[in-house]
Amino acid sequence: MESMVHTENLVFEYEKQDEENHVIGRSRAIDEVNIDIREGQFVAILGHNGSGKSTLAKHLNAILLPTQGTVWVNGQNTRQPEKLWNVRQSAGMVFQNPDNQIIGTVVEEDVGFGPENLGVETDRIWERVEESLRAVGMIEYRYHSPNKLSGGQKQRVAIAGVIAMRPKCIVLDEPTAMLDPVGRREVLRTVEELRRQEKVTVILITHYMEEVIDADRVFVMDHGRVVMEGTPREIFSQVELLKRYRLDVPQVTILADKLRKRGLPIPAGILKKEELVELLCRLN
Amino acid sequence: MIRDITIGQYYPAKSVLHRLDPRVKLVCTLCYLVSLFLFKSIPGYLVATVFLVAIIRLSKVPFSYIMRGMRPVIMLLMITVVFNLFLTREGDVLVRVWIFTITEGGLRTAVYMAIRLVYLIAGSSLMTFTTTPNGLTDGIESLLHPLNRIRVPVHEVAMMMSIALRFIPILLEETDKIMKAQIARGADLESGNIIQKARSMVPILVPLFVSAFQRANDLAMAMEARCYHGGEGRTKMKPLKYKGRDYAAYFAMAVYTAAVVLIGRSVPLHIWIF
Repeated sequence: MESMVHTENLVFEYEKQDEENHVIGRSRAIDEVNIDIREGQFVAILGHNGSGKSTLAKHLNAILLPTQGTVWVNGQNTRQPEKLWNVRQSAGMVFQNPDNQIIGTVVEEDVGFGPENLGVETDRIWERVEESLRAVGMIEYRYHSPNKLSGGQKQRVAIAGVIAMRPKCIVLDEPTAMLDPVGRREVLRTVEELRRQEKVTVILITHYMEEVIDADRVFVMDHGRVVMEGTPREIFSQVELLKRYRLDVPQVTILADKLRKRGLPIPAGILKKEELVELLCRLN
Repeated sequence: MIRDITIGQYYPAKSVLHRLDPRVKLVCTLCYLVSLFLFKSIPGYLVATVFLVAIIRLSKVPFSYIMRGMRPVIMLLMITVVFNLFLTREGDVLVRVWIFTITEGGLRTAVYMAIRLVYLIAGSSLMTFTTTPNGLTDGIESLLHPLNRIRVPVHEVAMMMSIALRFIPILLEETDKIMKAQIARGADLESGNIIQKARSMVPILVPLFVSAFQRANDLAMAMEARCYHGGEGRTKMKPLKYKGRDYAAYFAMAVYTAAVVLIGRSVPLHIWIF
């Protein structure tokens, strides 16, 4: 498998300025991050607020350029200005706020915005728009105004807008943070389906641990560094560490961990309620 | 209350008017607005009324929806009417109270001015109801394209307009939310004189501006992430192409304008309104 996203000693620093625009210091948002994401993988990046996960996401799309180190997306260095549009086409990005990323005033026009920018032929744009809206299950809303949609539906439109650009990789930067539980489930199901049917690489950035249990790989970030890396099970088995990184560990995982510490024969890293129930039933 | 503002909003429906080329609608609306000032007689008003009603019918936009769009401009309308009523001195005096005089000519001017303004707003809002803002900006972009040669950034201006239109309802909703939040914190937005009222708007406008800038920032990022890089090398999902119905619409417009001018003028001079 090809490497889809690769970072090497990635560092990003903000300049702190006083009121007269003098630089009074620098703060590191990303500190020596090395990650490698293979094509077709579902990767989750976990971290609490201010851990640098969103800053990292913006590097994958060349919205931010590294202070030090290098980012390769689909084999292209994000620093090369002539590759900028290629990079952005390869790694589509979905943002947190559903309202602030929809440009069109009609759903289908918004989905067509990306392909228009890429200079795709008119007929092909229509095909892509239809395909993408079908893929996210929003085809019946194609003539609607985005203002009348729910948060979850808006995010699905935003996802369709990204798929219409035929990216190899989709970066979702906390796509569910502003949604209610129903909308959140809606968006996650859409992402899951896309991954299965379109075989795109998915990078999900979130602070909800429940959302990463289906991921192939999980990275945990804290203070701009990648502090944990592994499969969801490996990550979830280290409850104490996760709490130290201020993540909300799911209740099942905590319960299973406590039972295990009390001596019940339960393996570490329980992800789902059903899993624990089955294990407990088998105990007798 | 703030959500009642319907001017500049798209009303989705499937009508002939919705399908017309935006350029046709822009040119025809302009023609229509000018035509309202080309006649001075009752038959002229009749023709304009018939035309407007027919167009509204064709558009499938509910009449009440259009009327709702009038609400914010009622004040303006009243002021115009009052000024015309009292300041026009023509014909017989109808009423005289202290320094205020209403003449027959003044009354007529006031009534007809009001009708003209209402028709003007109805006509132009009908254009925005039946044209998606993107269509509208595409139309403007295409009509103004020749200005590109004298270095007017036509595409950029058109894009800015379409974004502004898209965010009108969002910002209105936000204003509503902020107002409620401030009222919940004890802000008094209703009482006091104009200056006090204006001052009480500050705690609403400041958060509104902060959030508008935040949104602008987010949106710019989202647009760049989707490879937006200006008008160069950009294709169109809905390129503008004249079809049969568009020529028909131009023709209908020409017939209407001719009718209004001819009928409006063909009446003997003395029953012209002004």
